[in-house]
Amino acid sequence: MATTVTSTRPLIKKGTGGGPKGRVPNGNGGPKRNGHDRSFPDFQSSANRYRIGMWLGLASILMMFTALSSAYIVRAASSSDWQPLTMPRILLLSTALILTSSVTLETARRKLKSAATRAYKPWLLLTMLLGLGFLGSQLLAWRELVRQGVYVASNPHSSFFYLLTATHGVHLLGGLTALAYLSIRSRASQDNQLALIKAQAGADAVTLYWHFMDFLWIYLFVLLFYIR
Amino acid sequence: MSETHDAVHRHEAPKSFIRKYIFSLDHKVIGIQYIILALAAVLVGMTMSVLMRLKLSWPGTSWSILGTLFPSGAPGGIMNPEFYLSLVTMHGTIMVFFVLTTAPQGGFGNYFLPIQIGAEDMAFPFLNMMSFWVTLLGFFVILAAIFVEGNNTIANSALGLWLGGGSGATVGPIGGWTGYAPLSAVGPAAGPGQGAGMNLWIISIAIFCVGSLLGALNFITTLLNMRTRGMTLMRMPLTCWAWFTTAVLALLSFPVLLGGGILLLLDRTVGTSFFVPGGLVFGSSVLTSHTGGSPILWQHLFWFFGHPEVYIAILPGMGATSHVLSTFARKPIFGYRAMVFAIFAIGLLGFFVWGHHMFISGMSPYSAMTFSILTLSIGVPSAVKTFNWLGTLWGARIRFTTPMLFAIGFVSLFVAGGITGLVLGQTSLDLPMHDTYFVLAHFHLVMGVASIFGMFAAIYFWFPKMFGRFMSERLGKIHFWITFVGVYCIFVPMHTMGMVGMPRRYSEFGQYEFLARLHPLVVFVSIAAIITVFTQLLFYFNLVWSAFKGKKAGDNPWEATTLEWTTASPPPHDNFAGVLPVVYRGPYEFAVPGAPNDYVMQTEPDASEQAQGVSGDGHNGHKH
Repeated sequence: MATTVTSTRPLIKKGTGGGPKGRVPNGNGGPKRNGHDRSFPDFQSSANRYRIGMWLGLASILMMFTALSSAYIVRAASSSDWQPLTMPRILLLSTALILTSSVTLETARRKLKSAATRAYKPWLLLTMLLGLGFLGSQLLAWRELVRQGVYVASNPHSSFFYLLTATHGVHLLGGLTALAYLSIRSRASQDNQLALIKAQAGADAVTLYWHFMDFLWIYLFVLLFYIR
Repeated sequence: MSETHDAVHRHEAPKSFIRKYIFSLDHKVIGIQYIILALAAVLVGMTMSVLMRLKLSWPGTSWSILGTLFPSGAPGGIMNPEFYLSLVTMHGTIMVFFVLTTAPQGGFGNYFLPIQIGAEDMAFPFLNMMSFWVTLLGFFVILAAIFVEGNNTIANSALGLWLGGGSGATVGPIGGWTGYAPLSAVGPAAGPGQGAGMNLWIISIAIFCVGSLLGALNFITTLLNMRTRGMTLMRMPLTCWAWFTTAVLALLSFPVLLGGGILLLLDRTVGTSFFVPGGLVFGSSVLTSHTGGSPILWQHLFWFFGHPEVYIAILPGMGATSHVLSTFARKPIFGYRAMVFAIFAIGLLGFFVWGHHMFISGMSPYSAMTFSILTLSIGVPSAVKTFNWLGTLWGARIRFTTPMLFAIGFVSLFVAGGITGLVLGQTSLDLPMHDTYFVLAHFHLVMGVASIFGMFAAIYFWFPKMFGRFMSERLGKIHFWITFVGVYCIFVPMHTMGMVGMPRRYSEFGQYEFLARLHPLVVFVSIAAIITVFTQLLFYFNLVWSAFKGKKAGDNPWEATTLEWTTASPPPHDNFAGVLPVVYRGPYEFAVPGAPNDYVMQTEPDASEQAQGVSGDGHNGHKH
């Protein structure tokens, strides 16, 4: 089963324009109600909307971080007051934690996909634990900088470091909330087919978001400390 | 019928007043809420423009009511320059964000996109509700900026001080709707209005961004995921294409403004130096707290959002205009496909031209030329649209209803305002014109007034669907003619002023000899503006009166073809009373040869289709 919107079903079908000569195919306009799955005519598509919505949400988050990174690059190039921070070592731990969490969440998602609903929840909880560990580790990195006397306004690099880690952290907190919601609702997916499809769509969307946050962190990490 | 399966997860009509009209999940109610928000915001914005015209035309006159309301901003009833600047700022901000972005997209888009594609609601009704309430919160915050800067008591209250202290001498920040750094980034040192008011301004815009993003995400998902059977992309009404493109623009441009806003707020509150360079001098003191920031960076971030925002304002107007023109010309829209591609081309190009707002910022001539060429190339899809509108009107037996008049007015204003865009898009011509009344006249005509005309066309057109009654045609026509003549009387002279060299945002011109001769023109514009503004009260009256006393309208009073006219007026909670329509044809099939009427509804099957009877899935065109 494909996980991405782009590959599930072609959205664009040939149709007639506004002109008077209309060829008339028998329906099938939207991506849904193809009439095959009579038992749940609307449900797969209603579940698909979570995936579409998540992709769109990621596009907008990506735009915000693009804006912030372009500000970062311009600011770094345009002045002489840029003092690069030394990387707090604990960020390596953060990176390891969030990478692992992506693996565990992917495992959880696949368990649910193969309808192994019982094994799903423990993996979710493990992911949440790793996510919390990541946030804790980020906070420790902040504390380390504070101990060195490096604050938000100390110099442009530190401003960007605090800003980008905080913005990423807030987004990750949103991901944790979504994971908590999934794990609360995980029991329902055992009830029936409808609930399972819905839970799978939810898990797909949240996993996508989580992987994106993972990728985003790696990107920010490289941007902040390996691009001079 | 298999459609009835939808009942499984359709949300039932709410019973309580609060769930039905206040915290409603129904896209139609949310759409009307957005329209009401825009109607309220536009009153504030218009009041401010009248005050500005009063100041410009009769600078020394005392308006005692202003003296009472704003004792420090207008001492003795005479507005001071900062007060005028804050009017400029708040007029622009409120109009661009809370009128031109809310009504066309959040209002009409919300109400009609789901109906026109045959869906029972938006994809995420809860997000939809949130997007409105978040936007409304943003509006309250911007109003708070007015009070914290306009009233000494509030400015010095605990809240005002906690927000950074208001001045009490203006009615908001003074830096313009573009909030250019460093004026916007250094706090109260930059002058009255730049304290708590500026903080609230940034916060309001940030909140607005979030609301718009929720809306945009919802629009795109709905359109991709919830079209009814037979509603292929190329059978969608052009309104839907316009809302879709607008949503894409909003989704990709608002995050950039949000990012920029966060940086600006940090500069102001935490003391970072993203946008503030070192060594700035304010009055007699040197600013030592910041070093090394780049004010131009803010301009880039702002205009990367700002230019798509212009299209966010006008594209829905283009959609509504196409829709209305075709309906009342009783002809298919000329070049449907070309119209779709033109909308997309305008949206796409809109992302690569932000630099044309910054020609005087000292950019490299090579980048200026690139921005210039890209800007001028927007003229191509714009011309495609214009000629297709004219082609639609050509040889038509036009029904001159009020919505049709406003749609034709839109075309006129779009051309009149757009043509000067070709002037301003060229670097060498823009340099002397920049920040003159020429620019002011250009963008007011094309993105301000034209967009509003699109919305007038939309409200007169869809009012019968929304409330089951017509708006008064007689009042509507009076409204149209005075407004149409009025806006030209306001903005055409402004082009002349700009060419003479009259700068924007100045509150008085008396001391400039070369501008003194223009004063009669300034007074003429003010009188035209005041008449036009008061004419809008007629529109408000018409809205309220018609909602209760207007002539009753049937399900399809305009003999139109799209899905919203297949359902009741006003539509039931789930739009189609439980049976989703099936679409067999394109949206603008007027004057089809051999058809019994001069219009064919989208739900009408062809003869061959009917001969097959209930084969296949058993769908017939469904009509009420």
